[in-house]
Amino acid sequence: MTLTPSSAGSVRGRPRGTSRQSRAGVAFVAGYVLLLVAFGVLPTCYAIYFAFTNAGGAFTGFSNFVTTAQDFRFVDSLGHVALYLVFWLLSLVVFVVVLALLLHKLSSGPVSQALRFLYYVPGALAGAASVLVWLFMLDPTVSPVSSLLETLGFHTFGEVIAPGNLALLFTIIAFWTGAGGWIVVMYGALNNIPKDVMEAARIDGANGWQTAWRVQIPMLRKWIVYMVILAFAGGAQLFVEPQLLSLASTGVAGRDYSLNQLTYDFAFQMNNINGAAAVSVELLVVSVSVAGVFVARSGFFDAD
Amino acid sequence: MSVYKPSAAQETGTSRRRAALLAGCAATVLFTVTACGSGGGTTGTTTKDGFAQAAQNDGALTVWVDATRMDAAKQYQALHPGVKMDIVSYDGDANGSNYLQTKVQLFNRTGKGWPDVVFSSQNNEASWAVDAGFAAPLNKGLIPDATLGGFAKGANDVCTVDGTMYCLRNDLSQAVLWYNAPLLKKFGYTVPTTWEEYQALGEKVAKEHPGYLVGDAGDSFTPEIYLWASKCGANHITGPKSVSVNTTSEACTKMAKLLDVLIKDKSMSISGVFSTDFAKNEADKVLLMPGPAWYGGAVFKDGLKTPAKQIAVAPIPQWQGDTSPSTGNVGGGTWLLSKHSTHIKAATDFLKWVTTDNAYQGEKAPGFPAYAPAAENWLKAQAASGYFAGDLTALKDASSQVWSDWGSGQFSQEAIWAATVKPGLTQGKTIESLLPGWQDSIAKYAKADGYKVSQ
Repeated sequence: MTLTPSSAGSVRGRPRGTSRQSRAGVAFVAGYVLLLVAFGVLPTCYAIYFAFTNAGGAFTGFSNFVTTAQDFRFVDSLGHVALYLVFWLLSLVVFVVVLALLLHKLSSGPVSQALRFLYYVPGALAGAASVLVWLFMLDPTVSPVSSLLETLGFHTFGEVIAPGNLALLFTIIAFWTGAGGWIVVMYGALNNIPKDVMEAARIDGANGWQTAWRVQIPMLRKWIVYMVILAFAGGAQLFVEPQLLSLASTGVAGRDYSLNQLTYDFAFQMNNINGAAAVSVELLVVSVSVAGVFVARSGFFDAD
Repeated sequence: MSVYKPSAAQETGTSRRRAALLAGCAATVLFTVTACGSGGGTTGTTTKDGFAQAAQNDGALTVWVDATRMDAAKQYQALHPGVKMDIVSYDGDANGSNYLQTKVQLFNRTGKGWPDVVFSSQNNEASWAVDAGFAAPLNKGLIPDATLGGFAKGANDVCTVDGTMYCLRNDLSQAVLWYNAPLLKKFGYTVPTTWEEYQALGEKVAKEHPGYLVGDAGDSFTPEIYLWASKCGANHITGPKSVSVNTTSEACTKMAKLLDVLIKDKSMSISGVFSTDFAKNEADKVLLMPGPAWYGGAVFKDGLKTPAKQIAVAPIPQWQGDTSPSTGNVGGGTWLLSKHSTHIKAATDFLKWVTTDNAYQGEKAPGFPAYAPAAENWLKAQAASGYFAGDLTALKDASSQVWSDWGSGQFSQEAIWAATVKPGLTQGKTIESLLPGWQDSIAKYAKADGYKVSQ
């Protein structure tokens, strides 16, 4: 089969095969767009509308933002989420990359396969269920690793969930739940690095460390940026972990811990949907700005 | 083979698809908007029994209950097979979960979905359910005054806003002193009647029988047992939206000091009676335990599985020289009826039955019934069941001794104690040193909920 684009074809720049593909493409994208509009764009617009109006629907400017920022829990929650994000992003970037490199080094033997499966398993549990697993893990009375907790000086659940430990605990839970998927993704990305590049590095006398540092990690950069953007957006919306912990500890730890919990309180406990929307919009703006900065600085959308 | 040739059909096909896509999007938008806009339709209402009632129909009666009250709903269904019922189990708003409030706020937005009758294990639901337009007034025609008059004195105070009653109390939760009678006898002690005696006994137990407990101060409702009984003014609701908070008066500090001494001596646990730790390590170490009426069933019988003929009840100790006996109160569930109900007759019948009928409240209920005639019957039934050692008259006496200057506001006192005092307690700080921080926290939460706070 030969494809000879006619002058008409070349003007439109669309050979027939591509057209069929693009039709399929449109169909696929349409489904996504529909869902995006219904569950992404519309709710966002709805939230922005709420954020700038009061319960009666009258325009109120930034007053919702001011009132919510003045709430006595706001600054604390902001600090909590910021600290959590630092822990979560650092641990994610460092450990995911290191583990993926190690996994890649093992190449595709049965050990590697078993490990890949193992990394992925926690991710298969739904968010809330995996947090519940941790509620058991962290209670020295019922925990399978109670001896470890005892060694660390924790004898009761109350001691484990002391306020100072929370950011670290949530990071561990989130890492355990979410990092496995990313390790598998990074592993895939490592496999995509052309063999000749790796071979050239070897011939030039690069050792494992140098190959990782000077060849593999730079070539993973876009994937890492992608991971950081999504992890930041997810982490800023921290909710399930503290909320469940708060219920499990009958309110001792985790109540009003994150900004998203605060929006939940605003919306349903204080009947202030507009205030809740204002905080949500702030989270959106921060997440989008961070994503913007990362995309711009990393040349994320540059063609290779 | 073939060469690309742009065809008109192709072209229109694409644009038609695009148009269809746009139409689809527009339809989604419209659908969403109308779905939200059509909420709260108030057509066909008639004002009766003190509120605007929706048009009535004979659909299924939706009842929301927690796991414990499931038995009540099922029993009603069994006794009234003709009533169509949809029984839904939810967490009962236990531990300040706010599930009901969250759902009602959502139903208010969508304009449908409210349950007809709902049980809540919290007794401060009226404080928001009235503002949210959910709770129906009950003393304006729905429930006869004769029935309302049968409730224990003050039982429905937590349901009353500006003279109108918006819920019915399920059970009373007056605090008493639970104790293990055979064990106390074996150790050669007598039941303390004053807090001074109680403290002395606690210190003695710590020396003579280390490991045994005279109480627990690790639950989020600890202040409602000890500080409420001690007449500590931490939660004096003085008006619909005003509260007076003072946690550093002598009434508060002397009880805090007592608890601190016993916690230090380890004869007062700080695990909390529902913690896994307590059930595992301390279940058979309970000598004395100040706690609400429902401890008998929920903690000793079902939770800790204490054998029969051991647990007995005494009045909660009083401070020496105090002339008017006072005690605290921990919760006590409430039943609410929805203003939006379209089966008000069936809902009212159920509500009346579940709060007053001997078949449930008088015999099966796990807690002390708020409806006095049922409570009489319940006491007899408990005595007949033979679980408790001795009679339960102390429970009955305490039901009218709950100190009335501790209110139930919209903010959860239990949640505030849990978040501000409990972590410090776990780290080894004294309760006395945490009292000012506790007051500060109560004031902040109260203000956030729109209360005027005087300290």
